Amino acid sequence: MNSIAEYFTDLYKGISSLWAGMRITGKYFFSPRAIVTQQYPENRKTLKMEDRFKGEIIMPHDADNLHACTGCGICEMNCPNGSIEILSDRVANAEGKMERIIDKHIYHLSMCTFCGLCVKTCPSDALAFGQEFEHAVFDRNKLTKVLNQPGSKLRKEAK
Amino acid sequence: MSEEIIQDVIIGESEDYIINLGPQHPSTHGVLRLEVCLKGETVKYLNPHVGYIHRGIEKMCEAITYQQIIHLTDRMDYLSAHMNNEAVCMVVEDALQVEVPERVKYIRTILDELNRLASHQLWWCAFGMDLGALTTFFYGLRDREHILDIFEESFGSRLLHSFNTPGGLMHDVHPNFQKRIKDFIKYFREKLPEYDQLLTGNIIFQNRAKGIGYMSKETAIGYGVTGPSGRGSNFSCDIRKIAPYGVYDKVQFNEILETGCDTFARYKVRMAEMWESLSILEQLVDNIPEGDFTAKMKPVVKLPAGEYFRRVETARGELAVYVVSDGNKNPYRMRFRTPNFSNLFVMNEIASGYKIADLIAISGSLDLVIPDIDR
Ligand code: SF4
Ligand code: SF4
Repeated sequence: MNSIAEYFTDLYKGISSLWAGMRITGKYFFSPRAIVTQQYPENRKTLKMEDRFKGEIIMPHDADNLHACTGCGICEMNCPNGSIEILSDRVANAEGKMERIIDKHIYHLSMCTFCGLCVKTCPSDALAFGQEFEHAVFDRNKLTKVLNQPGSKLRKEAK
Repeated sequence: MSEEIIQDVIIGESEDYIINLGPQHPSTHGVLRLEVCLKGETVKYLNPHVGYIHRGIEKMCEAITYQQIIHLTDRMDYLSAHMNNEAVCMVVEDALQVEVPERVKYIRTILDELNRLASHQLWWCAFGMDLGALTTFFYGLRDREHILDIFEESFGSRLLHSFNTPGGLMHDVHPNFQKRIKDFIKYFREKLPEYDQLLTGNIIFQNRAKGIGYMSKETAIGYGVTGPSGRGSNFSCDIRKIAPYGVYDKVQFNEILETGCDTFARYKVRMAEMWESLSILEQLVDNIPEGDFTAKMKPVVKLPAGEYFRRVETARGELAVYVVSDGNKNPYRMRFRTPNFSNLFVMNEIASGYKIADLIAISGSLDLVIPDIDR
């Protein structure tokens, strides 16, 4: 007798608990406004990442193709993964003194862990984070980038 | 008991069946291999094999500076990245006797709790999914997204933030930070009861979770099981209470303890901790003082020779960091006592004697993060 009562209470409890869950899923099923899914990649055009999003390291250049990197190598030193290589040249400046300039600022995206130390420690604020995040390529060499654009120069601060 | 096991390993019984659960099994949540000895469907003993994702983080730390170590600790328990960062930062600050600004302490504590919430939400999704309730996965992730968006707005990354640095934070939080957290608290207070209706009250779930994986308080202490898993066995081990750091001494919250000692008790602890985290957030979010986001630090951090030790409560238990310094800019030895390592090895004790299907529920209730075990 007891077991029959137990059987039915279990059945009742089971169905009611199932109903409690189904009510929630049902509620969302019938309210399209609650949909949170983003239709990526269809929404690529309107998709905007946050300003601080760490997608990759970039070196901002202004309209005259000038950047702020002096080639000091501090970012290279601070990078824990060796993802930055600085190739610098020595050239004579106007007064005839030898000066260090940046030749290539090589950035290996494939080795970067986005720790942000290079951006933070750069004394001339030459680096920044870019918002690009679609980095998938078939050849990993494509992930090695030269950050200073060809022909770009160091921006001389107005004195 | 142990002799018996040793004999079984060496000789084995003819009707025993040894299978490997993992390293690619979805319910091990990573590359963990459990060598399970079965008698029929009953687990006789199991033997965890770790090390598949060992990266030598402790050794790598010896070659890099303290600022650089931060980004490695993200990758131990990636779901508690912020707490891991904070532990290392606090060791360094202790050693240098730097007083971090009050603002930093508040923000760090808020981020701790947000991170704990995000981690518990993910655990809830995955636990439901382990037991066959796929719906939970979507509902949990839906809410977790709100926290990750706050993270993304303030420090650019969603999972591995590297936002702490010895002495403070990398940069200040976004101006929207407070407002978004308040929105989130309001939002999540409405959504959290849904979790109970969907899963906690469900009879199928209860029948599967109750009464399995019994871990007595003695076992928990003996194996050093901390965090929600330990507190499910009534073992009071919350570092936030025992040795408050950040501003945990200024907020009111309860340490959640359950006496059930089974899988369901551990489940209930985590559910209750989500409510506690919300209330901690509520108390802090309006009171963030103005000030600097970092203390004045030298560009090259060198710890005075000596030994330093600090513990924090991550989402999974007690993380302790032990540093031996010889006065250089790199540590001489760095040691992490990670919570998941201890939590894993209790598994043989609490899962043997139960069915293999229960093993999945038990391992889910321990909330293991494998990279934290292997580090
Ligand atoms: S990016 Fe900055 S830190 Fe790196 S070499 Fe250029 S100026 Fe120096
Ligand atoms: S973000 Fe970190 S890992 Fe990446 S290049 Fe900069 S310093 Fe190196």
